Amino acid sequence: MRKICLSVAGIFLTFFASFAQSVPKDSVGYKSRKLTFEEANLVSSYYAQDGNNAAVTGGIGTQKLTDISNTIDVKFTKWDKKDRKHSFDLEVGIDHYTSASSDKIDPFTVSSASHADTRIFPSLAWSMENEKKGSTLGAGISASSEFDYMSFGANISFAQKTKNRSGEFSAKLQAYIDNLAYITPIELRPGGGGGGGNGEEESRKDYPSKARNSFSGSFSYSQVINQQLQIMFIADLIYQQGYLGLPFHRVYFNGAILPVIENLPDTRLKIPIGFRANYFLSDKVILRSFYRYYHDDWGLSAHTVDLETPIKINPFLSVTPFYRYYTQSAIDFFGGYKVHTAADQYYTSNYDLSKFSSNFYGAGFRIVPPKGVFGIQRLNMLELRYGHYTRTNGLNSDIISMNLKFK
Amino acid sequence: MTKAKRNQPVTLMAITIITVVAVLGSCTSVKEYQKNKLNDAEMVLGSRKIQKTESSFQTYREGASGANGGKTGGGCGCN
Repeated sequence: MRKICLSVAGIFLTFFASFAQSVPKDSVGYKSRKLTFEEANLVSSYYAQDGNNAAVTGGIGTQKLTDISNTIDVKFTKWDKKDRKHSFDLEVGIDHYTSASSDKIDPFTVSSASHADTRIFPSLAWSMENEKKGSTLGAGISASSEFDYMSFGANISFAQKTKNRSGEFSAKLQAYIDNLAYITPIELRPGGGGGGGNGEEESRKDYPSKARNSFSGSFSYSQVINQQLQIMFIADLIYQQGYLGLPFHRVYFNGAILPVIENLPDTRLKIPIGFRANYFLSDKVILRSFYRYYHDDWGLSAHTVDLETPIKINPFLSVTPFYRYYTQSAIDFFGGYKVHTAADQYYTSNYDLSKFSSNFYGAGFRIVPPKGVFGIQRLNMLELRYGHYTRTNGLNSDIISMNLKFK
Repeated sequence: MTKAKRNQPVTLMAITIITVVAVLGSCTSVKEYQKNKLNDAEMVLGSRKIQKTESSFQTYREGASGANGGKTGGGCGCN
């Protein structure tokens, strides 16, 4: 794992250095017609969780999991002859996770794709901003690949500022076309085996596949209220269709010995609405707030409240304590271990869809020294952040993240 | 579903509309040169880059998602 991290960091620095040497520094007011390096970000995170309600084992058993994530994004800009700003954002992410519960899909394989997997997710985004008209057009494509799951996404977006440039309406349409390998628990496979079950190396083609598609519209309106306060209203409409369960999630019916695979409806309509308000309280304190109400047609309703207070110790250093509270009701089809009966049409023992509340709290710090972080001029910003997450049904996790910005 | 639960979205919508009207009514005109605080990196209206993985795990571990500027599909969250 250390090798993956070091390799990612190495590739990133080499890639960045090649642009850093060839691009001249911008001068004020100069608008480059050539493609110009704007900034690059490396975000790395380590996540670890534990709990005792794994969906793979029917709502009981360990949820121990670790995940290392690295994301690199590089932004370039250029101005066209009509004085419109074009931005290009190339992002590549790589996740590597190990999961104790996923290893229970097929406990007879010592090292299988179910125990640990790597996900790679590249994306490319373009936007064109017309400063005179106050409008922005955008489009993007993305992909995500792991052993049992492939996803391709595309989006288009439009934003329009108000005449006085204090408000902005934006709309974004997205589509994700996904395909998942139908990997069932070992005891439910015909003949009790599957891909790799005979000691052969597993292949994605050894399993049948299922489709899952997601379509969404995101609409927002932001408004400057005064010199210290700005707000935003957000509303999304998300529609999913296809196979919306996971084939390796076991459900044990009341009185049964052998499990069945979770069964969920093949459509889901989600409606989240959100509100953000950011207030520069004084010269040193900022209040960042977020509230979201969520409802879907599986019967799940949720509220989220998120508060952050960046405190500027000096112009180059800030410390940010944060707290997030979340609460949700269960979906109509949830039941714990041996709670469902064979009379139920839909059933799952996935505790992520059960009734619970969660608390997430921690702190971060951010430094933006005028001479660069560690004296490296182009290393513009370093941010570190740690958070601890607790769920009322016993799941706990910790996450530490780092963001390095190069300019 | 109880009557109170059925009325929950309507109540929230009413609160939202009242808040919108009240807040937008108190807007003052702010010139570009007066936006130095609004343009601060930590005043950005949206999740920041360092929150990327946090948002992902919350999407996986919780039933609700969306309305935060992040992804609204793709990837299974099967771990």
